[in-house]
Amino acid sequence: MTIKPSNVLALALSGAVLAGCSSDNDFVPPPPPPPPAMATFEVTVDNLTNAQPLSPVAVIAHATGYHVFSVGSAATAGLEEQAEGGDNMALLAEAGADGDVRATASGAGPIGPGGTETITIEVLESDVATLRISTSSMLVNTNDAIAALDAVDVSTLAAGTSMTWRTIAYDAGTEANTEEAAHIPGPAGGGEGFNAARDDIADRVSMHAGVVGQDDGFATSGLNNQHRFDNPVARVRITRID
Amino acid sequence: MNKTLFGALAASSILFAPTAGATQFEVTITNLTNAIHFTPFLVAAHPAGNNLFVAGQPASANLQAMAEGGDVSGLLADVNGLGATVVENPAGGLLAPASSTTFTMNTDGTTNDRLSLVAMLLPTNDGFAGLNAVEIPTAPGVYTFDVPAYDAGTEANDETVNGGGMPGVAGIPADPSGLGGTGGTGAAGADTNGNVHIHRGSLGDTDPNGGISDLDSRVHRWLNPVIRVTLSVQ
Repeated sequence: MTIKPSNVLALALSGAVLAGCSSDNDFVPPPPPPPPAMATFEVTVDNLTNAQPLSPVAVIAHATGYHVFSVGSAATAGLEEQAEGGDNMALLAEAGADGDVRATASGAGPIGPGGTETITIEVLESDVATLRISTSSMLVNTNDAIAALDAVDVSTLAAGTSMTWRTIAYDAGTEANTEEAAHIPGPAGGGEGFNAARDDIADRVSMHAGVVGQDDGFATSGLNNQHRFDNPVARVRITRID
Repeated sequence: MNKTLFGALAASSILFAPTAGATQFEVTITNLTNAIHFTPFLVAAHPAGNNLFVAGQPASANLQAMAEGGDVSGLLADVNGLGATVVENPAGGLLAPASSTTFTMNTDGTTNDRLSLVAMLLPTNDGFAGLNAVEIPTAPGVYTFDVPAYDAGTEANDETVNGGGMPGVAGIPADPSGLGGTGGTGAAGADTNGNVHIHRGSLGDTDPNGGISDLDSRVHRWLNPVIRVTLSVQ
């Protein structure tokens, strides 16, 4: 997990300055200020699909100015990398560079169908008043489908309480839904993941229309009826721990 | 003297105003789909106890005209008869995939505390999205409604794009996406459920010059929800 509040950096710097002075016996350092109060949230993601593993989940805690995606807007480069290939590194780096983002975290690995993972994220207590949480993960047996939750309001969650959302599948709009094995990075295809070319019918995020599959007359599809899905595709429970 | 009279009138109008809470609110309709257009929406705030459609019941003739051809004139007359607060065609034409339209409604001085909206999905035979008489919230906040696609149950889902939009005329009026094909032999006969029901989705095929459907199974299908409606109450 990465926390990037500016005063943690300030504390680290002041610690370095004090360390530099510690050999001066005449100087009695003041007691260090108490650590800032933190708030901890657990984000539990359940995969509700039949045969769509979810790529490692990106969890982003932020203020109101950040969105991991918006229907009708083009996906960011980081979201495209995750939506096409399952790798969340660029998405998290992009978020980390956003002034409205307070912390980021990644799931440890893919979440298989029926599987679950709990990811912990910590922010400054002083950031809770405007706190939103976004999550995103790829349905890996697709071209560019994501299970994502944008900017849900967790500012009123009391410690020990939780809220649950069901996420629907979105199409990142960055890759044509060829369903060819060569373009499906998940186990159903073993093909290419991220490719910077944007060749979907329109370069913007929308609802995913589902996969067709070879059993439903799409002869060149590498997918079959097992890979079909319907909404919701995942369940996200966010619990405030303290 | 005029000033005094105006003041008295204003005071009396406040006195006799209905006690409803929020009277002005902002509505945003977002087309969530990948390749479905919506015909011009009819949006109405109206008194409780009225519905443009009821799932499980037969479609009215006016609902059928909307669902098969996008013609809202009959439903508009219906809601005007209720004294509804109406917004017609807020997007100024078709609402394209992944697009939004935002507008303000003001129900001041009325008892119009329920909101309904309908529009046809293109290309479908008789698919429509409908928000059905939801209570308009009065407490300030932003309220989100995810809306599914319904089938009016009045026309066979043959998925043939032939311009057929009048009630009772087979076929789909148009495919605004331009991504469909021709020469389909007909995907389905009459609906098993002739009442309003959740749309089972389009079938489509991958043959632009034949097959059973003029729709493309890779782009013209959808999963619910198909539109998202947000109400912003100040």
